[in-house]
Amino acid sequence: MEILTYLIPVSLLLGGIGLAAFVWALKTRQFDDPAGDASRILTKDWDDRPKP
Amino acid sequence: MTAALDPNGLSEVEHASLSACPACVAAPSAERIAQLSRPDHARLMLSLPAAHCAACISTVETALAAVAGVQSSRVNLTLKRVSVDAEAAVTADQLIKVLAGVGYEAHELDAGLLSATETDRQGRDLLMRLGVAFFSMMNVMLLSVAVWSGAEGITRDLFHWISGAIAIPTVLFSGQPFFRSAWAGVKAGRLGMDFPISLALVLASCISIFETWKSGHHAYFDAAVMLCFFLLLGRYLDHRTRAVARSAAEELAALEVPRAVVLVEGAEITRPISEIAVGDLVRVRPGGRMPVDGVVVDGTSEVDRSLLTGESLPVFAGPETVVSAGEVNLTGPLTLRVTAAGKDSSLHRMADLVAVAESAKTRYTTLAERAANWYSPLVHLLSFSAFGFWMWKTGGDLRFAVNISAATLIITCPCALGLAVPAVVTSASGRLFRKGLLIKHGTALERLAEVDTVVFDKTGTLTMGTPEVTNLAEHPRAAVEVAAALAMASSHPLATALADAARAGGIHPARVEDLREVPGYGIEGLWRGQKVRLGRASWCQADEAAMTATYLCTGEGRPRAFTFTDRLRPGAEAAISALTAQGKSLRLISGDTEAAVAALARRLGFADWTSGALPAEKSALVRDLTLQGRRVLMVGDGLNDTAALAAAHVSISPASALDAARAASDIVLLGQDMAAIGDAARISRQTRRRIIENFGLSAAYNVIAVPLALVGAATPLAAALAMSLSSITVSLNSLRLK
Repeated sequence: MEILTYLIPVSLLLGGIGLAAFVWALKTRQFDDPAGDASRILTKDWDDRPKP
Repeated sequence: MTAALDPNGLSEVEHASLSACPACVAAPSAERIAQLSRPDHARLMLSLPAAHCAACISTVETALAAVAGVQSSRVNLTLKRVSVDAEAAVTADQLIKVLAGVGYEAHELDAGLLSATETDRQGRDLLMRLGVAFFSMMNVMLLSVAVWSGAEGITRDLFHWISGAIAIPTVLFSGQPFFRSAWAGVKAGRLGMDFPISLALVLASCISIFETWKSGHHAYFDAAVMLCFFLLLGRYLDHRTRAVARSAAEELAALEVPRAVVLVEGAEITRPISEIAVGDLVRVRPGGRMPVDGVVVDGTSEVDRSLLTGESLPVFAGPETVVSAGEVNLTGPLTLRVTAAGKDSSLHRMADLVAVAESAKTRYTTLAERAANWYSPLVHLLSFSAFGFWMWKTGGDLRFAVNISAATLIITCPCALGLAVPAVVTSASGRLFRKGLLIKHGTALERLAEVDTVVFDKTGTLTMGTPEVTNLAEHPRAAVEVAAALAMASSHPLATALADAARAGGIHPARVEDLREVPGYGIEGLWRGQKVRLGRASWCQADEAAMTATYLCTGEGRPRAFTFTDRLRPGAEAAISALTAQGKSLRLISGDTEAAVAALARRLGFADWTSGALPAEKSALVRDLTLQGRRVLMVGDGLNDTAALAAAHVSISPASALDAARAASDIVLLGQDMAAIGDAARISRQTRRRIIENFGLSAAYNVIAVPLALVGAATPLAAALAMSLSSITVSLNSLRLK
């Protein structure tokens, strides 16, 4: 059962990374316009060159 | 939108690039300093009720980018808004015209009035707590599975300790909204749903720590975090529905940016309404709405009073005519001396009435409140009687009795109940929002489900307030040609309608010279050396017809009357047939003339109509119907409807309605199409049914699980199963809404 001493911290760390990513996404306001962001990815406007 | 309220004043585009480089955020970039120091920088906010797709975003943004002076624009599809960074020279009117050119209806919003920051912050706060609860729930669940599948001795204790280390901080952080609201309830002397929730969270955490410390078999850490997660989910859904409704309602309030053109020593100065004093001179352009109550001192014109009285026929206005705020000036510029402005103007006199009605509506007890009133005492009673019984039965085994009591609280905890209403309401209002209906009031859907009588206003509600010619074919072609030539010279709604109809009929306007518009009367010109006039009956020496009409006199024969009817609102027929099919009784009540009301009633199939009704008569009718035990849905838009809208059980007004009417109504029709009202009535009844079904479902789970808990057979596994299964069933049931 010694393996648990590695596995539990590892799984908590992985979960923690997910939580940190969520907090980061929240802080950078990525949940403000979910409908718009879902649609924006489909537009072809700046496919050939970056937006100036 | 959010970019506008960003405390750093950064646009979203910059935000994305900056957040990739945290150091840049700390040190303000040269770009930002340049932006701040630029004096001619302005941010405009427009609402775009019709935006709905990916193509809309690029059409709108491309169109706006092409306008000179626009630096950047960003569409927020969720809130249906676009925020534009532009030089100060760019005006909202200019952008609205550009957007109308690419097919999008847009309205200016007053960015100052939109206080979405607060709700925004609350929403993010709830979402953060929800995310933390989800993270802990997943981890604690993994650890708990090991315990449930038979971990023994030291391993079980280790797992319990780790679960506790995750769960306790989570409950303390994520449970705060419940603790706070429960505490506020206790201070106010009432026990809401939040009290049993908080009690269950605290009790489950405490008993679990105690059990873990004593190396016991059962710990409820997983149940505590799961409760937190599901209840926060319900809370978040509820918050989001409200936030969308609130921001859209504020948006509507901000729609009419209240400004007036004041004459100060001959110069025209634009000022906010709040700075206008009695006695000031105000200039109102043709097509503009009267910002204040006043008396005309200069100019002649016609005014459209339909929003205030329901009359569809424009009224003459010249010196000494008294006009009220909300009327629309049609033909000539008018100068008014202000008799009342702002809060004292006739527009605002309805405010008291509306406030009274609002308080009546908050007195409506929702299904959820009724369920909570019945449920909350029952939960406490069950839990404490279980505690008492086992104390007596085991001869004072406190640990066992507290365990049973905690298990009962956890199992009966209104997890599914907390989700039952928000999930259904979110699903329903999202669906209605897509159909163009904005639910302003939290209980509006439930009240709409009870409606059995629908009362409609005519002008501006069933009709668009835009006229259509009815008798073009009855006139000789030559007369129509002259009329068309005259009509094209004016922007009066009747003239525009006549000119459009002539153009559509393939009629070429005759050659009329010396065209001259006489504001308040009509247009005159020379045709074959003869003076011809198109305008009011008295100006043409004609007998006034009972209907809306304009008169043509050419000097030969009798003056000819071109009659008009109001154009029906699109979807009006569909809405009425849908409501009739649902077995609701319909009535039409209007302040307009009998002839106009009767014609429309017959056209739409109303059996019952009232014409020439005063505002007080409208609200009296609604009150009478209510006293007869009917639940009335009032659909109206004008100031004359406001009292009736407020008195009705539930009310709907179109977005074009006056502020006061929109404030008084529970549901706002965002687009022009009215067919959505039929859907709304159907969906509201479905919503109510789903809510009741959800209550039934969670009650069924309780009926099975509570006896287990009371006899002490409820393990943490059973609690976790009951909780997640009931929450998932309830959510799925809510999604069945069509």
